[in-house]
Amino acid sequence: MTTVAKVEEGTGTPYGLSHLDALESEAVHIFREVAGEFERPVILFSGGKDSIVMLHLALKAFAPAPVPFSLLHVDTGHNFPEVLAYRDRAVATHGLRLHVASVQDYIDRGVLRERPDGTRNPLQTLPLTERIQSEKFDAVFGGGRRDEEKARAKERVFSLRDEFSQWDPRRQRPELWNLYNGRHAPGEHVRVFPLSNWTELDVWQYIAREGIELPEIYYAHEREVFRRGGMWLTAGQWGGAKDGETVEKRLVRYRTVGDMSCTGAVDSDATTLEQVIAEIAASRLTERGATRADDKLSEAAMEDRKREGYF
Amino acid sequence: MSTTTELTGTTETTLLRFATAGSVDDGKSTLVGRLLHDSKSVLADQLEAVERASASRGQDGPDLALLTDGLRAEREQGITIDVAYRYFATPRRRFILADTPGHVQYTRNMVTGASTAELTVILVDARNGVVEQTRRHAAIAALLRVPHVVLAVNKMDLVDYREPVFAAIAEEFTAYATDLGVPEVTAIPISALAGDNVVEPSANMDWYGGPTVLEHLETVPVSHDLAHCHARLPVQYVIRPQTAEHPDYRGYAGQIAAGTFHVGEEVTVLPSGRTTTISAIDLLGKPVDAAWTTQSVTLLLTDDIDVSRGDLIVPSKDAPATTQDVEATVCHVADQPLTVGHRVLLKHGTRTVKAIVRDIPSRLTLDDLSLHPHPGQLVANDIGRVKIRTAEPLPVDSYADSRRTGSFILIDPADGTTLTAGMVGESFASPDPVKDAAEDDGWDF
Repeated sequence: MTTVAKVEEGTGTPYGLSHLDALESEAVHIFREVAGEFERPVILFSGGKDSIVMLHLALKAFAPAPVPFSLLHVDTGHNFPEVLAYRDRAVATHGLRLHVASVQDYIDRGVLRERPDGTRNPLQTLPLTERIQSEKFDAVFGGGRRDEEKARAKERVFSLRDEFSQWDPRRQRPELWNLYNGRHAPGEHVRVFPLSNWTELDVWQYIAREGIELPEIYYAHEREVFRRGGMWLTAGQWGGAKDGETVEKRLVRYRTVGDMSCTGAVDSDATTLEQVIAEIAASRLTERGATRADDKLSEAAMEDRKREGYF
Repeated sequence: MSTTTELTGTTETTLLRFATAGSVDDGKSTLVGRLLHDSKSVLADQLEAVERASASRGQDGPDLALLTDGLRAEREQGITIDVAYRYFATPRRRFILADTPGHVQYTRNMVTGASTAELTVILVDARNGVVEQTRRHAAIAALLRVPHVVLAVNKMDLVDYREPVFAAIAEEFTAYATDLGVPEVTAIPISALAGDNVVEPSANMDWYGGPTVLEHLETVPVSHDLAHCHARLPVQYVIRPQTAEHPDYRGYAGQIAAGTFHVGEEVTVLPSGRTTTISAIDLLGKPVDAAWTTQSVTLLLTDDIDVSRGDLIVPSKDAPATTQDVEATVCHVADQPLTVGHRVLLKHGTRTVKAIVRDIPSRLTLDDLSLHPHPGQLVANDIGRVKIRTAEPLPVDSYADSRRTGSFILIDPADGTTLTAGMVGESFASPDPVKDAAEDDGWDF
């Protein structure tokens, strides 16, 4: 097999688009539709690679004008320091406005209670929903992809949420051609997923093509980790190894970035983008299967969280 | 392994959006599962989940159909309620599959899946041949003008892989689909369960010399000769930085819906009809001399004329007429009916206008293509003809000429429900005395 000969195969005419061009154009179209039809859109920004790619696409969609949206970070309080630093750098570089909804605040105020397993991902839903309501955000961009998980495979690009942020799969509107329907009642909002049709590999290929900078924890580094629930976790503010769990130094990287208490590292020696892409292309595990404890809770874990208003 | 990995990892390929239609009984889920599995798009943890679920149901091997089950509600009821999107890739191409259920009541899902598809796979059971449902699927592919149709004649193992069985079905279907205006039919004999001709060529059907399903998906052309297409750019957003660096920049952003635009070309802005020329094209930060569908671009114009969201930029020499009277074939997708006199919103391109349903001349029965005049209303999954009066003139194309600028949706202004998907212009659902398709019902036009 040769690489070069295959690139344009099937295009047939000089007017073809590569798969990354097609996905990029679709995402830009979605950002511009929202800018044209909504009053107060916001981008959910965690500092993870998907939200970083979203921000990059938004910057391209409106250049040379600034992005007409602010950012919202739902902060679990269990952040990787490298990711927080990246977030603040991005905000400063592009002159953006950042909202932070803090899970720790809700716990301190006694509104939310820490779960016995220490996992805070499910606790994000309430701070997210209340911030959407108080700021009157009417469109909320999320980096969710349909390839991530079964319940996401049926998600719309424009996903209607009621005033409690709840998702009702039977109430979702058919999406035909590229005609998105953003109508919503006061108090309702629309979650918008510009990366719906991207896969993990597309995201990484796009990061490489565009030369997008990522937090360094996405690349292989030495880290003290311990084994829990089949994953390598890192100690932090959230807690650490319990009796019987041994801490060891390993060469790892992160495939996803979320709450430290439930985001696992994977063994890896991939220190460059090219090595990361090769590793993902060869991987026999999905990124959520490899790195997310919260999705292993039950067969319908994501479906249940989505119904309640999760991302 | 390394060769494949490197290709998949570093090469930019093309993207094919396709849809599948067929019921559980036709083996559609098994075919989809097999495509995902045999193209190595199913990862170990997904397969383990399927193996666990299959075992808990008392099945021997992994049931590949379970790979495409989505929501718990569906698993509990053993049905598919909606369009699910699947993603897989080979070294040659990336695929987005709109997987739609085939039950009678889910016409709207098939229409939804077909609206963005460049190819549809229609499944038939080799033992049953072309049945009512097959004709329904062919009609939807034809109405939505999906450019490529694959007829997958499944369960060939159950008819002893006999060529005459396949040939008869392929001939009957091709004649029917061609009659409806389907431009290209590729018939492939397969066994999804045994894997014949899905990814690997079948050893059981020497008489078949064509491509496997996957080979065909990998090589079918995904873009078309745009030289003869009407160029159309619906304006989504006006980019005006008003910064010290760009005090006078004013760009019109949108995704090119059809055709090609060139710098220096004379263009007309609709509905105002004002004319100017393209001074520059900005392709997401890169200046280009020409751009084409489906690129997202920003056009800069020579003259400072009034252009805003909802306008359509077209070549002056190829501008569509504007009209307030739209006749279209529609598929009703909402649970509440569409009635004569219904006040709605119509979204065409990037423009949303008030409109009223003036008439519903006919409803189409997909099974036999018979027309029922003046049904009074359309309910969910109905296909029919409507006449709509819009509050403002719209520059619509015929859907036969342009899928993007010949389509629209109707929205309920009260609750925002997407009511109806519309395709402008004539189709085989149009009342037509020559066709006289309604004789079964005794209707006379």
